[in-house]
Amino acid sequence: MVLDPELKKQLEEKARLIRQHIIRMINAAQSGHPGGSLSAVEILTALYFQIMRLDPAKPRWAERDRFVLSKGHAAPALYAALAERGFFPADKLLTLRQLGSPLQGHPDMKKVPGIEMSTGSLGQGLSCACGMALAGKLDEASWRVYALLGDGECQEGQIWEAAMAAAHYELDNLIVYLDYNRLQIDGPISTVLNPEPFPDKWRAFGWQVQTVDGHSLTEIVAATEKAQASTAKPNIIICHTVKGKGVSFMENEAGWHGKAPSDEQAVQALAELA
Amino acid sequence: MKGKIATRDAYGEAIIELGRELKELVVLDADLSQSTKTAGFARLFPERFFNIGIAEANLMGTAAGLAAAGKIPFVSTFAVFATGRAYDQVRNSIAYPELNVKICATHAGITVGEDGASHQALEDIALMRALPGLTVLVPADAPETKQVVRAAAFHNGPVYVRLGRSEVPVINNGDYEFKLGEIRTLRPGTDVTIFACGLMVSIALVAADSLQAQGIEAQVVNAATIKPLDPEQISLAAATGAVVTCEEHSVIGGLGSAVAEILAECQPTPLERVGVKDVFGQSGPASKLLDLYQLTARDVAAAATRAVARKQP
Ligand SMILES: Cc1ncc(C[n+]2csc(CCOP(=O)(O)OP(=O)(O)O)c2C)c(N)n1
Ligand SMILES: [Mg+2]
Repeated sequence: MVLDPELKKQLEEKARLIRQHIIRMINAAQSGHPGGSLSAVEILTALYFQIMRLDPAKPRWAERDRFVLSKGHAAPALYAALAERGFFPADKLLTLRQLGSPLQGHPDMKKVPGIEMSTGSLGQGLSCACGMALAGKLDEASWRVYALLGDGECQEGQIWEAAMAAAHYELDNLIVYLDYNRLQIDGPISTVLNPEPFPDKWRAFGWQVQTVDGHSLTEIVAATEKAQASTAKPNIIICHTVKGKGVSFMENEAGWHGKAPSDEQAVQALAELA
Repeated sequence: MKGKIATRDAYGEAIIELGRELKELVVLDADLSQSTKTAGFARLFPERFFNIGIAEANLMGTAAGLAAAGKIPFVSTFAVFATGRAYDQVRNSIAYPELNVKICATHAGITVGEDGASHQALEDIALMRALPGLTVLVPADAPETKQVVRAAAFHNGPVYVRLGRSEVPVINNGDYEFKLGEIRTLRPGTDVTIFACGLMVSIALVAADSLQAQGIEAQVVNAATIKPLDPEQISLAAATGAVVTCEEHSVIGGLGSAVAEILAECQPTPLERVGVKDVFGQSGPASKLLDLYQLTARDVAAAATRAVARKQP
C-alpha cells in the first residue's frame, strides 16, 4: 500500500514531535542515548500510529499487538511514542531518568503502561518476543508481536539462538525491525566486530527478509504489510537508518550514542527539528 | 524409610498432574528432557512443550515472553546452566520484570556424580537467592517436591526450584502439605538445632539419631523455603542456643549463609555450616562424593557436637 499523502504528512509530523521530545528529554536528564533513539523514530512512528492494534486507554487489552524494544537504550524514543499515542501525559517525559520517575533509563514494564517487556541488557528482547509469539500461536490469537533490534546488538549470540527458534516454530506472527545504522558505541559495526552480511544471515536462519529505507514511513508500512501476509516464516525488515537522524551534528557520529546535548546544543537541535 | 525416589522424578510427575489442571501451564527444556524428566509432559502435551535446543539464554528469554503473555512456563535444564549460563537472562528478563516463570533445575549439587565439576551446581542457591523477588525452594524428597512444584505453580511470581539427580529417601508421607515460606520442625530437640535442605534433611535426621545416643537432643528443621526466609521462625527455631546448617551446596551463599545472616542480626548463636567448603567437585559415585566432601550424617553430628560445645553457659 502507498500511504495516503494526508496520512503520510500526519505521520511525519508525529516523527518530528518524537524527535523533539527525545532531545528535550535527554537534555533535561543530562544523560541518555540520542543516536539510537533518533535512528528508530520512523520505525516507532509507523508502529504506534499506523501498524499496531492498540488501545491506550486499555494498555493490558488482551487482543493488543505487542512491541519489544530489544535495544532498550532507545527508551526515550519509545517513551515519546507512547506519550504521543496517549499512554501517559507528555509532560511526564521530562522526568526521564530522574529519581522516582517511571521513565527509567531502560524500559521497565512494571512502571510504564504500554511497555511490554523490560529490556536494557542487549540480546534478550528477541527471545522474549518469541515467547510472546509462541503464546499467541498457542491461543490462536490474532495479535502480533513486533520487535526492534540494534545492528550491534546482533553480535550477541542469544539473538541467533532466538532467530533459530523463531524459524523452527514458524513464528509468522513475529515481525522484527533491524535498526541498521551501522554504528555501535566503539565505532562502525564492521570495524568493532563485523556481524554482516545481515540479509544472508537472517535468510540462512530461515527468515523472510526485506530491506527498506528506515526513514521512509511509506516503505516501512509497505514492508510490514507484506510481512503480515507471509506464512510459516518469521519476518525481519532491515531498516537502513542514520544514527542521530535529524540533528546535523549527531548524524553518523558514534560519539552521540550515549551523550546528552548541552543546553546550547539542544537549542540548535530543536531549531533543526522545528 | 519408605524407599528412595529422585526429586527430578517427582517433578516430572508433578508437571503432568498440574498440566491437566492448568491449561496455561507450558514446559520448556534445552535438550535435556530425558534427564530433567520433562519428557513425560512432552509426550502427553506436545503442543505445550517447547524444546528450545542447547540455548539456555534463549530458553529463559522465551519463558519470560510466554509469561508476559499469560502462560505459566516451567523451565528445566541442569542447575549449572539454568543459574550460571543464563544468569543475566534470569536476572533481567525474569526476576526484574517479576514474570511468572518457574525455573525447575535438576542435577543440582555434588550428587550429580560422574559428570564432574562442570555439571555440579554448588553455587546456584547463592546466585538465585541474591535476586530480588525470586522465591527459592529446595524440596527434601519426592512428596515434598510434588507439593513444592504445585505451590510454585500457584504462586504468582518467579520461582527457582532446586532438584536432584540421585534417588533420595522418602521422609514425608503422601498427605504432607508444603506451605511456601514455612520452615518445618521434623524432630524436636533441646540441645542443638539442625537446619537442612534438600537431600541433607534425611541425612540430618540420621545424624540426630546418633546424637541422641551420645545424649544430645537435636532439633531437625527442614528449610525447604530458602527465600523468603522468615527471621522470626529462624530465631524461634534457634532457641536451643546452638545451630548447624547443612546443604549440598557451597558453604558460601546458601542456606548456611541465609541462616547466619538472620542470626547474626537477630540472635547471635554459635553456628556451624556443613556444606561444600568453597571448592569445585569432581567425578565419582554420588555416595562417595558425599563422603569426600563431608556431607554425611557423621559430619553433621560432628558439627552439632562442635556447636553445642560453643554454647554460652
Ligand atoms: C548485554 C549488554 N552489553 C553491553 C551493553 C552496553 N551497550 C548499550 S548500547 C550498546 C551499543 C548498541 O549498539 P546497537 O545495537 O548498534 O544500537 P544502536 O546503534 O541502535 O544504538 C552497548 C554495547 C548493554 N546494554 N547490554
Ligand atoms: Mg547500531
